[in-house]
Order: sequence, then structure tokens, then C-alpha cells
Amino acid sequence: MNFTKTIMTTASAALISSAAFAGSHMSMEMTIVSWGGAYSASQLKAYHEPYSAKTGVTILNDDSSSTAVAQLRAMNEANNITWDVVDVEAAPAMQLCDEGLALEIDPDTMLAPAPDGTPASEDFGDMLVSECFIPQIVYSTTFGYRTDLVGDNPPDSVCAVFDTKTYPGKRSLFSVPINQMEWALLCDGVAKSDIYDVLATEEGQDRALAKLDTIKGDVIWVSSGSDTPQLLADGEVIMGATYNGRLFSLIEEQKQPVAMIWDGQVMDLDGWIIPAGLSPERQARALDYIMFATDTQRLADQAKYISYGPARASSAPLVGKHADLGIDMAPHMPTAPENLSRAFLMNYDFWADYRDDLDAKFQAWLAK
Amino acid sequence: MSEPKNSFLSPFVFTLICMAMMGGLIGLVAGVANGSGPLGLISGALFMFLISFLAIFLRQKELIVRYSICFFLIIFGFLFIGIIGVFLGLILGWFSGWFLYWLNLGRYRAKLQPYLSAGQVLWHYTFRVICGVIFVFLITPILVVMPLSFNAQDFFTFTPEMLRFDPDGYSLKHYKDFFTNNEWQRSFKNSLLIAPVATIVSVSLGTLAAIGLSQSHVPFKRAITAILISPMIVPLIISATGMFFFYSHVGNFLEDRIGLDKNFVGYVKVILAHSVLGIPFVIITVTATLVGFDSSLTRAAANMGADPVKTFFKIQMPLILPGVISGGLFAFITSFDEVVVVMFVGSTNQKTLPWQMFTGLREQISPTILAVATILVAISIALLVTLELLRRRSERLRGLSPG
Repeated sequence: MNFTKTIMTTASAALISSAAFAGSHMSMEMTIVSWGGAYSASQLKAYHEPYSAKTGVTILNDDSSSTAVAQLRAMNEANNITWDVVDVEAAPAMQLCDEGLALEIDPDTMLAPAPDGTPASEDFGDMLVSECFIPQIVYSTTFGYRTDLVGDNPPDSVCAVFDTKTYPGKRSLFSVPINQMEWALLCDGVAKSDIYDVLATEEGQDRALAKLDTIKGDVIWVSSGSDTPQLLADGEVIMGATYNGRLFSLIEEQKQPVAMIWDGQVMDLDGWIIPAGLSPERQARALDYIMFATDTQRLADQAKYISYGPARASSAPLVGKHADLGIDMAPHMPTAPENLSRAFLMNYDFWADYRDDLDAKFQAWLAK
Repeated sequence: MSEPKNSFLSPFVFTLICMAMMGGLIGLVAGVANGSGPLGLISGALFMFLISFLAIFLRQKELIVRYSICFFLIIFGFLFIGIIGVFLGLILGWFSGWFLYWLNLGRYRAKLQPYLSAGQVLWHYTFRVICGVIFVFLITPILVVMPLSFNAQDFFTFTPEMLRFDPDGYSLKHYKDFFTNNEWQRSFKNSLLIAPVATIVSVSLGTLAAIGLSQSHVPFKRAITAILISPMIVPLIISATGMFFFYSHVGNFLEDRIGLDKNFVGYVKVILAHSVLGIPFVIITVTATLVGFDSSLTRAAANMGADPVKTFFKIQMPLILPGVISGGLFAFITSFDEVVVVMFVGSTNQKTLPWQMFTGLREQISPTILAVATILVAISIALLVTLELLRRRSERLRGLSPG
């Protein structure tokens, strides 16, 4: 009998305390969605912590950016939007903007001007690819290789990926057409400036897939930015594609025997959107956060923690040293002049038009 | 056993064959790992054959023989593999010494009935080996996680330092990360809040439902049971999608019309959703215990003037308690493990441990997940052991078992 009583008492105590615990949270908080890992950590240090110190707002992290489009659609349909600010790449931002799921931003009134008074629209310049998109960083997708597995002949060109004779072993690629098809055409002899014209044709697409066919048996297909670093650390692949910040962390922070190929790096933008349909109070807070977090100094601060280039022209001269390692960050940016010279700019308009078709074609090819 | 069979297959030959087979098997595994299976097979078999041959001639001095096999294999392992070889050599040496005598002196028959045929003895041990293999198959994935959680690097990899048992290869930093990282702590607290409350709700409602359904006068009993149990049968992702839209409306109503706090409503939504998932387990286990419940006891209680509530708590509840507890345990684990529904129904404030592990695994492969897994395994074992001890204690107190 005593046992029963104990259970009952515990139960009611737990119920009461849970109600008290849950009720004690105040609404001075906002949910920010991002990519997790070292990237979220850099935002925490550079944006969230100073903002919380300044305003007293508690910031909650939700690492759901990879499913942001689908989740925002569902939230919108259920009329239950729980996110305040969302970190997405440029292409999904355009998509969300077209569907009316993201708030339109006027850069000159809603974003901070540069310290010298240059309006935000000029400071961000070409990076403002959509009315809803607030650019934050420039990152690139590129290759890392195991220095101890390539012998005396370290690869210097992205086409080493397709050269299984000189560099035998597995390589990891993303299981999506974006980037992989461009690299295939580039290494099949198409000039950088012609790639998207070729890729727009049926023959060009088949040509890219035929080039990928030559290494299909040697490829480990990955779906997340964290897979390739793990595979490289294990020595399961000799080279693999991932984001340049992940490779920086693998090489400089984790001290793994890995080096980077800057050749053929595909540059992309990442930034914020604010979901449409927030209550006026929450929207005002989200805009206040964005104004703070994308000013010149804050964007330069983020580069202390991760090797992604700030999206503002005025931030570039302020990029300093890594917060823990004390190494100069400027040469590790995808936007550094010597890295930029061999870069490859992704064509958003092309992928906006062809993405669905090529996705289907690519997945069918993968399954063959 | 002085059957004529023994002259055909003397213990001597039998032992040699078995030992050679064992050596061949180990050699095959080692050989495949190093690139040449057949070579490993043959050399392993020959090696064990020779050792056994020598040992059988000296078999009167059991201790000396077994120690020297151990010693020999340790040296051998150290020379060829290193520190790990010492451990492997020790284990292998001890095992082969024991196996040799076990076979040669017929110790395998010592604890069995003397009338069993050779085939029956063989099956007796084969059965145990099969059970052992299944056990290893079930438990290895969990055990592999534990040493990796002490990795000094940020990857799911056994580093060379770890394999050399170099202290530099090990660290507690992933445990430190779990206990100091805000996100992990918040999700841990959420799990500790949501799972017990959801368990209490599902145990109360599920027990009530099971008792109601066990009454003889309830109409459409089967249909009601089927509906109540459906959350267990419907694929989770479908329940989750439905719950997402349903609880969004419920939540909007509670927030906008009644004016409850947003966070509080968030917890209520997740707890209710998890309770729905837990209720079928409670209904099933409690219904099963109710089958053995003698309903004349409740009539006797009523006869003596107890009201139904008192009868339930004093008579029925103590008797069906084992079923209630195991149902509650299932409900707890369902909620504690659940990741799909909470990702749909909850918002970031209600992020639970499995959710955090899931995103951590997808976005960044960090051994903190392994540290958390190790802690959770330890907690689960502690929880089960405690419950089992409590159950035995209460059984002993009630005189249900001889203890």
C-alpha cells in the first residue's frame, strides 16, 4: 500500500512542479534556426551572445536549416509559426520569397549602413539576390584530400577527383546535381563561362552524367556537410567535397592530415530570412536582431570563429585572427584574392529553372 | 564411457581435430584482417595442432602446461601486435588451455546426464554457442559506442593512440561538453520533464481504460480497444503529421482564446502527444494482468462497505501493480526515445534529448552524442535494476514468492 501511495505522491508532485516550471518562462525570447555544429557556434559567439547582453532577449537555437523550406510551409499551413529568424542559402531564400513565406526586406531602412555611411544596399551590392534575403556569408563547396594518401603528387586541380589512375581510392561527393554536374563538365573540357549553356541542353546533361559515370564505382555519396570530414578523418576516402569551413576546422582545429583544393570551388551565399506572418511584436524583435547581427562589425566578428567570408564589402578589412588559434583568417576565406581567382560562381537563375528536372534525372542516374 | 566408439575416435585425435579447427577459425579471422584468409587458416590450424600435440604428452602437469601456453601466446602477441597483442594473447592462451583440457579429459560431459548420446552433447553446447552469438550480435553495437565516447578527437574513429592504450588518445571532453553545453542541458531537462509527466498521464488513462474494457457490460469492446491501440499500429510518421495539424489548432486556441503562456502550451502539446503513444502499452499490459484478477474480490469489498474508489486503490490496484508498472516503463521509454512526434509537435523550447542527438548527428558528427548514449545506457540499466529490486522487495513483503 505504501508503494502505491509513494507513486501517487510522486506523480502529483511531478505534475505540479512541471506546471510551475513551464509557466515560469517569459516570452522575452526568440528562436533562431541555423545549421548547427561549428557554424551555429560561430553565430552564437558573434551575434547571439552580444545581442542577448545588449537587449536581455534569450535566444534559442534550432538546428533545422536543412529542412527549413518544408517546415516553413507546414508551419504556414498550420498557422503556427514558431521560428523568428531562419538561416538559409540563397536559392531556398528565393524559393521562400516567391511563395510568400518570407518577409520582404528594404535594405536601406531595415539594415545598418556601413560605418562610413555607405547605405546597406551598396555595401552588400550584388549579394542581395532576393528581396527577402539578408546575406550573411560567402562560402564555397570544395575538395579536401588526405595528404598521406596522395604520395609525392598532391592534387592541385578539381579534376583530380575524376583522375582515378593518379589518385586511386574512394572519393565522396554530394548526392545532388548542384556542383557535381558543373565539376563534371569542367573536367570534361568545357570552359567555365560556357558551363551553364551546355548544362541547359539535353546533350550537355548527358555529357555531365557520362563523365560522372567514369568514377561512379569510386564514389561514396553523402548528404550532409559533416559526412566528408568524418570520412576523411577515417581515411575511408582519399578526397571529398564539403564546405570550406568544415575543411578549415578539420585541418586547423582537429589537426588531421588533410589539405584543400581551392580550384573549382563553387561559391554560394548564406543568410537570413524572417518568416512572413509573425505577430507585429515578434516581427519587430526579429528585425531589430537582423539590424544588429548584420552590421559591419558583427559580420567581421563571425570570421574569427569560422572561415566563411563576410557578405559586406566594408567587413572584409576588419577580418582578424582566429579567436582560439590566433592564425590570420583572411587567407582562409573563399573570398581571399588567391582563392577567388580559380573559383566558380554558381548561377542561381539556372538552378531555379532547372533544379527539379535535373534532380529527377540525377536521382534516376544514381539509382541505375 | 568405454564404448567401442572411443577406439575409433580417441580423445587424442578428437582433441587435435577440435583444437586445429579452433586455431584455423581464429587464423582465418586474423588472416582476412591482414589480407590473406587461406594463409591465416592454415597457419592458425597448424599452430594450434602443434601446441595441442605437445601439450597432450605433458598433460599430467595441467597448471604448468596451461601457464606456459598463456605465456607463449602473450610473448607471441607482444612481438607481432604490441600491447594489444598481450591482452589478446592472454585471453587466447587462457581459453585454449582451458579448451584443451575440457576436450581431452572429457570434462564437457561432467555436468550432463550420463545417458546423453554424442549428438545430444554436441547440440547442448552448439545451442549455447548460438545463444552467445545472438547475444553478441545484439549487444556489440551498444558496447562499441562506449570506448568511442572517450575519444580525444572529434570523430567516430578509433585513433591509433586509442588502439595503443595511450592515455593521450582518451579524454572526458565529450562528457564535459554534455554537462556544460546549454543546448544539451536544456534538452536533457526537457526529456526529464516530458517523459515522466507523459508516463503518469498515460498510466492513469491507460489503466482506467483497461479496467473499463475488462467489464463484461461494455458494448463494442473490440472496436474501442482497436481504436485505443491504433497509435501503436499506425506508422509513427502518419500519427506525427496528423498530430502536428491537430495540436497546432489546439495550441492556437489555448494561447489566443484562453491566454495561456506559449511555452506552457508547448509542453502540454508534447506531453499529450506522447501520452497518446504510451497509452496502448499500458492498456495491453494492464489488460493482461486483469485476466488473472478475481472479480469476486471487488464484490467482497463492496459487500464489506468499501466504495468503488476505495476498492480500486486497496484491492485491485495492488494486485495489478506489476502490469501497471511495466506498462508505465514502456510508456516512459516510448516518450524518452521519441524523436518524430516531438519534432513535429514541439517547438525549439521543447527540444528533447533524442531530437538534439538527431540534429547533432545530421549536422555535425560529434562524439558528444556517444557520451550521451553511454550516460543513457547507464541510466536505463540503473532504472531497470531499481525497478526489479523494488518489485522483488514488494513481492517478498507480500509473501507472493519465497524470495
